[in-house]
Amino acid sequence: MESIIQFAPYTGWVYPNETVFEWSVLIAVYPYLTGLVAGAFTVSSLYQVFGFERLKPVAHMALLTSLSFMFFVPVPLLMHLGHPERAFNSTITPHLSSAMAMFGFFASFYVALLLLEGWFAYRPFIVQQAQARTGLLGRFYRLLTLGSYDVSERAMGYDKKWIFALAVIGIPAAHGLHGYVGFMYGSLKSREWWSSDLMPVIFLFSAIISGVSLLSVLYVVSCKLRKIPVDLACLKGLAYTIWSFIMVALVLEALEFANIVYKGREGVDMIMQYVTGPLLWPYFILQFAVGAITPLLWLSYMIWRGTTGRALVVGVTVCACLVLFSVFMMRWNVVIGGQEISKTGKGLLSYKLHLFGKEGGLVAALLTMAPLGLLYILTRLFPPWTDHVTDAPT
Amino acid sequence: MNKDDSKPTLTARRAFLGKLGGAATCAGAAVGVAALGVIPAIAAKPEGAPAGAAASGASFPTKDYDWSKHQWGFGVDATKCIGCLRCVEACKKENSVPQNAHQFRTWVERYVHIEGDPEVHIDSQQDPVNIAASGSEKEFRFANRYKDAKVEKAFFVPKLCNQCSHPACVQVCPTGATFRTEDGVVLIDSTYCIGCRYCVQACPYGARYFDEDRGVADKCNWCYHRVTKGLNPACVEVCPVGARVFGDQKDKQSPISLFIRNNRVQVLRPETGNAPNVFYVGIDKEVN
Repeated sequence: MESIIQFAPYTGWVYPNETVFEWSVLIAVYPYLTGLVAGAFTVSSLYQVFGFERLKPVAHMALLTSLSFMFFVPVPLLMHLGHPERAFNSTITPHLSSAMAMFGFFASFYVALLLLEGWFAYRPFIVQQAQARTGLLGRFYRLLTLGSYDVSERAMGYDKKWIFALAVIGIPAAHGLHGYVGFMYGSLKSREWWSSDLMPVIFLFSAIISGVSLLSVLYVVSCKLRKIPVDLACLKGLAYTIWSFIMVALVLEALEFANIVYKGREGVDMIMQYVTGPLLWPYFILQFAVGAITPLLWLSYMIWRGTTGRALVVGVTVCACLVLFSVFMMRWNVVIGGQEISKTGKGLLSYKLHLFGKEGGLVAALLTMAPLGLLYILTRLFPPWTDHVTDAPT
Repeated sequence: MNKDDSKPTLTARRAFLGKLGGAATCAGAAVGVAALGVIPAIAAKPEGAPAGAAASGASFPTKDYDWSKHQWGFGVDATKCIGCLRCVEACKKENSVPQNAHQFRTWVERYVHIEGDPEVHIDSQQDPVNIAASGSEKEFRFANRYKDAKVEKAFFVPKLCNQCSHPACVQVCPTGATFRTEDGVVLIDSTYCIGCRYCVQACPYGARYFDEDRGVADKCNWCYHRVTKGLNPACVEVCPVGARVFGDQKDKQSPISLFIRNNRVQVLRPETGNAPNVFYVGIDKEVN
């Protein structure tokens, strides 16, 4: 019988059990999706809580995006588990010292919060549709009203308070959620590449830039598909947000790397051999040079020159795509990179990405794109656009 | 709709949300109490243990076995090990470890210093050269690969799970499927493990592997099924030179108590804070 496990080639000295890669590309996809959730929510909060009016055209799309991606966050994990049917063991009987078990509660709380905020934000629309539509769709909206058809000014004021409160709570919830993902890696003392106090913060800031970038791209694409002009003020607002957070993300990553090198603990020689060898392209070239520094310089140039019009739209969209790529590379370099450096500190392994199979590249790509399909359905059911008055939840 | 019309709805909604909040708090409290009280007890229930057996010290897992009366310990005398790998083969057979060259509950490392070469050469039985020498992934041999080199110093180091007092694997397990027994062994409840492999990542010693066929993590448990019946672990039993020592630390005359008392022992990676319970004699600075 053909073996179902893949053995990794290695150089130097690695522990025998390490020759099987336990966390595949799916585990890199999982923090990527979580990051997009947190980052998209940031945009929603910037509008709802901090009053960034120029982000209004994407505020509701941000909520829908966050929800769509959150729905798919558990999927790569479930596909990876040896016993997915036992997944709820970690919630029913959680081990309180486990970061992974606690993450389940954070995530559940955040999903509930997101659904509640979405409901409040879309209530006037749901009520209107429930009254206007008949048939199955009408029944769907009537169910969603939860029996409340009151859209008076007073009720709206009351809803607004809830939206504000939920958005405020949502900020620590969304960012705590992603910080926690970073903690799951940073708290492990078995690998020098992961074991860092900065890891949660690095994950957080990279999450923010990825989510904001995703919304930039989605916004531009949605405008093109709907054949309406892009609101340049909104796009500029998104560009500013990416620009400011990408600098923090870059500085943190640089500090993290400098810390490893400067402390020079046991195994640093192997890390240096790794980053200057197999990781040179994925880390320095793709993640930093192409994915982070290029958009930073490009955005800086556009802000400095006051670029507007088509050049701004193209520039921001390309930069956002680069950032999305960079953040995926960051997840890859952490999850896969961490396992490529042996725990012995004396050897390197090499992960081979297979295209097919349960944990192959194709499944990973489909899982990354799947939330976009759900988002499309959600935008049909709950239009997030602000340009149609009737469709416009405020 | 005028303002007065909206009032009852608003009041009703406030009351509803209030009740919802109350219910959530109660449910949260109930879950919290359950999590703090009942659940760890369930999670810590060893495989096949009858309820309350451990607490009463009655008969888990063998009749007349009381885990509160033992504190198992393991010693490795690297100066004695000859690298015959009988221990590795015995372990695989005894514990149904997958018959391949990549998954082990125990393994042996070879350290070789060659004259003029500042780097130490390290390999284990899973090295392709050694597998080629044995001709099988079910039987293991160290290839005589240094026969033409001028060897300055060479030694073997048997490795296995350290059954740490503060195990990182237990800390990270999301379900409590892996836990530390009162007699000092870290076990895995394979009927409760979800197969997330967080424990495999967390172990700094590379002692754990993931059993694809069973979908659960696995590792050495010092042959818990044997030691609780008064037998030695399989690897200790077959070692022809006595390089592996096992016993009860609560018994001052046991082989492990004497081993620790009569030698200057050390543990692997003490800086992790895991507090390992496999004690080594005769290892060199490169061993971790």
